[in-house]
Amino acid sequence: MAEMKTAAYICSGCGLGDKLDVPQLAKIAQKEGKMALVREHDFLCNAEGVQMIRDDIEKEAVTHICIAACSRRAKTEAFNFPTVAMTRANLREGVIWVVSEGGDHDEVRQEMADDYVRMGCAELKKAKMPEGNPNHTHLKNLMVVGGGISGMTAAFEAAETGYEVILVEKQAQLGGWADKLWKRVPFKAPYAEPQDTGVAELAAKVSSHPLIKVYLNTTVAETSGAPGRFAIKLAQESGAITEVSAGAIVQATGFTTYDINKLPELGGGLENVVDHAGLEVLAKAANGGAIKRADGREIKSVVFLQCAGQRDDTGRHLPYCSGHCCATSIKQAMYFKDANPEVNTVVVYDDLRVPGMGEDFYRSAQHKGVIFAKGNASKVETAGNGCRVNYRDLILDADSILEADLVVLATGQVPSSGVNVVEWDKLTKEADGGSVEAKQQKSELKNISILNLTYRQGPDVPKLKYGFADSHFICFPYETQRTGIYTAGPVRRPMDILQATEDATGAALKAIQAAENASLGRAAHPRAGDLSYPIVRLEGCTQCKRCTVECPFGAIDEDEKRFPVFNEQRCRRCGTCMGACPVRVISFENYSVDTVGNQIKSIEIPDEFSEKPRILVLACENDAYPALDMAGLSRIVYSAFVRIIPVRCLGSVNTIWITDALNSGYDGVMMMGCKKGDEYQCHFVKGSELAGYRMSKIGDTLTGMGLEPERVSTFEVAITDNAKVAGFINDYVAQLVEMGPSPMKGFN
Amino acid sequence: MSELNQKAVAKYQNNFLKEVEERVEDGEWVSMCMQCGVCAGSCPLGPHWEHSPQKIFRMIMAGKRDEVLTSDSVWMCTSCYSCIVRCPRKLPITHIMHGIAHYAHRLDVAPKGQPTRELARVFWNNLIKTGRVNELKFSLAVYFKDGFSQGIKNLMSMQGIALGLVKAKRLNPMEIIGGHKCKDVGGIQKMLAKAKEIEDRRQGYSS
Repeated sequence: MAEMKTAAYICSGCGLGDKLDVPQLAKIAQKEGKMALVREHDFLCNAEGVQMIRDDIEKEAVTHICIAACSRRAKTEAFNFPTVAMTRANLREGVIWVVSEGGDHDEVRQEMADDYVRMGCAELKKAKMPEGNPNHTHLKNLMVVGGGISGMTAAFEAAETGYEVILVEKQAQLGGWADKLWKRVPFKAPYAEPQDTGVAELAAKVSSHPLIKVYLNTTVAETSGAPGRFAIKLAQESGAITEVSAGAIVQATGFTTYDINKLPELGGGLENVVDHAGLEVLAKAANGGAIKRADGREIKSVVFLQCAGQRDDTGRHLPYCSGHCCATSIKQAMYFKDANPEVNTVVVYDDLRVPGMGEDFYRSAQHKGVIFAKGNASKVETAGNGCRVNYRDLILDADSILEADLVVLATGQVPSSGVNVVEWDKLTKEADGGSVEAKQQKSELKNISILNLTYRQGPDVPKLKYGFADSHFICFPYETQRTGIYTAGPVRRPMDILQATEDATGAALKAIQAAENASLGRAAHPRAGDLSYPIVRLEGCTQCKRCTVECPFGAIDEDEKRFPVFNEQRCRRCGTCMGACPVRVISFENYSVDTVGNQIKSIEIPDEFSEKPRILVLACENDAYPALDMAGLSRIVYSAFVRIIPVRCLGSVNTIWITDALNSGYDGVMMMGCKKGDEYQCHFVKGSELAGYRMSKIGDTLTGMGLEPERVSTFEVAITDNAKVAGFINDYVAQLVEMGPSPMKGFN
Repeated sequence: MSELNQKAVAKYQNNFLKEVEERVEDGEWVSMCMQCGVCAGSCPLGPHWEHSPQKIFRMIMAGKRDEVLTSDSVWMCTSCYSCIVRCPRKLPITHIMHGIAHYAHRLDVAPKGQPTRELARVFWNNLIKTGRVNELKFSLAVYFKDGFSQGIKNLMSMQGIALGLVKAKRLNPMEIIGGHKCKDVGGIQKMLAKAKEIEDRRQGYSS
């Protein structure tokens, strides 16, 4: 790029001109910010204002612009200049909307605005325009692992969108669990009768699709690479290895049923006790006629026990609800009623839950004469020619008994999600320490791996909860913690056929986006389209491995000399590696230790007698910064002593910023990030947790500097906490005022 | 055990739900109950019943024939219709309660001496005699239903009201002799007999 030429634009619209001394801001940008060009405008985001900036870029060869107007989250369409580096000084949401009205506050308001202009200019001088990852990829096809409903749907939808698909199935035919069903729960109005599964039609469409290549009797022996360049070895049953490549991966490996032999108290293992899958076998054998038991006897009475081995709080069985079982039991009870209305069918449930249009299906079963009894089964035993179910009737509050020819246990779904990488990591450490046993366990564990990733972080995608492979059920469905690999169907969370179909379609589209973004050198979700990428100065690296270990997405491998190897296509651009690096060799073009560090050092710190403390706020741009903007939008007033800098993730906060700030005379530092722990809301999974951990270690440093540990505090802020966040600020400022000014003032 | 009851037991054996569906007015709705308990929570007399409508329905489904038919609860319904209005499954709960009470009465297994049942019986017997309710005879029958001495006591306690009603010409003492009646008493009784015959046939009591 040509020589750097900077420009600052100061807007006086939206009331900025009334409340602030705009000429003074311009002077600061020029004198202190050393901007080559400074312009004021009374309506910067209108066509004329934007044109003015465009003209400067074109005619004046401006390469770096600082816009001092509204929040960086506002007017992004107007202020869209893809050919220059840009920073934004937030004078509207960050100053005039949040500082108290009236002349008494003119001074602090102006000081705040002055500082934001200084910070905008300081950041600009260290920023570069992101050019995109030069390592472009070209693969845009998908590999789908698993040929059940989810896998076939993902493959078919992607192929219909025009992308080539490799479909890998372990069994000899497509279909998965759904192929074993006699009928499925209805998915079309009037939602009253079980419907055909449609598996055969879907399998035929998939097999004959010109863009889909199906590998049967095949497993994945090895997966390496990154989005846009996955290299995969497929192992056929014969032992032959086929090498293929793919741009992105959809893992739709489904589930297995919970082993009913683990439920002896409910008759698991008895002759006339089956699970849902067992009943489907009997129903398929009956082919619409009277359903018979394995011993050939026609079934005249059947009892379904819901939540068998599920929603268990004793820790012995599955703690979760599998979601589909209520509707599945209703469907199976209908198998009996449709063949012979005289069959006595009872469903013993604790809570009957039929999401979607299931309520119509439930009513239909009641019309057919299926009896629903609210109760908890305690014991199932053999009695006469059938079974006796002992249960507590929860409506009549009495112990009751049901006799039946057959008992069906509604057991749950157990995800087929492969290796638990946390366990893997532990075993790796033990094996590296020389444990033979750990080495043995590791190779056994490897046998159940699905993707056999060559990543240093383990051979499969990490699990979120209860063994399901996902990264956040609500905010980012399908996204795993391995970029470019998406999970769909019951491997991700328990679900039925209809949900799996929608899930697979969503995951296929996500996978396509990932491959496309990788081919353009851009980031995937949640910073989709971001052209910046981590740049590492390897000559400064001390091989400490912190970046490789802490990367939440397994983007960084190690070479044989233990230097980090960045797979940029796997990177989500959160900057956690940048925050981790003790020697600060990792940076992004427009986000680095320097861009933030320079902002921190640029502001004017009043002396200790001024009674004007300065508090640095490092706010997560995903949740905390929007919440602060929303506080401004709602005109919620907070202290004018804070200076807020948005960060990509609290995980990207390098401790040098904290020590720099305190050394420069700031009185305190507030870190605002997302909720951490099991119920985390961090967009980058572990960022806020890592930040909390790193800050817990900073106490000694602070004491060494002669500072109170409370001068650095972390806060959990959700995107809806606009009122709360102002309270956090005001309380913290009050606390610091009481503590007195920082003893570091005046030393720099 | 009454003959009708014996026949019903023989016919339906253990399938009480089917018996209710076929023989109790609106009984076919029972299986649509989803046990949410809104009826039980809505009933103004709820705390005073042994069995809420929710429990009655569950008992029917669980085949608890004796408990349901001898239950005092179904007689306690005051027809306020709160349950019908609130039932998310739109069950005609009030009607079903009366249907069960009526059925239990027909089988003669309803609780003996249940006040609502006794009052209804006296009222009905009074009404069908002449086709019109004879209030004087009805009151006396109610007072004396528990024996002579109790009847006298009831009379003494109510005499002020009775005299007031006579003074206000709301009660004619001469009604004790015959009383007023409708034009065609024979016709009314034939009509009622026919209605009973139709009901018996339709509900399966007669065959």
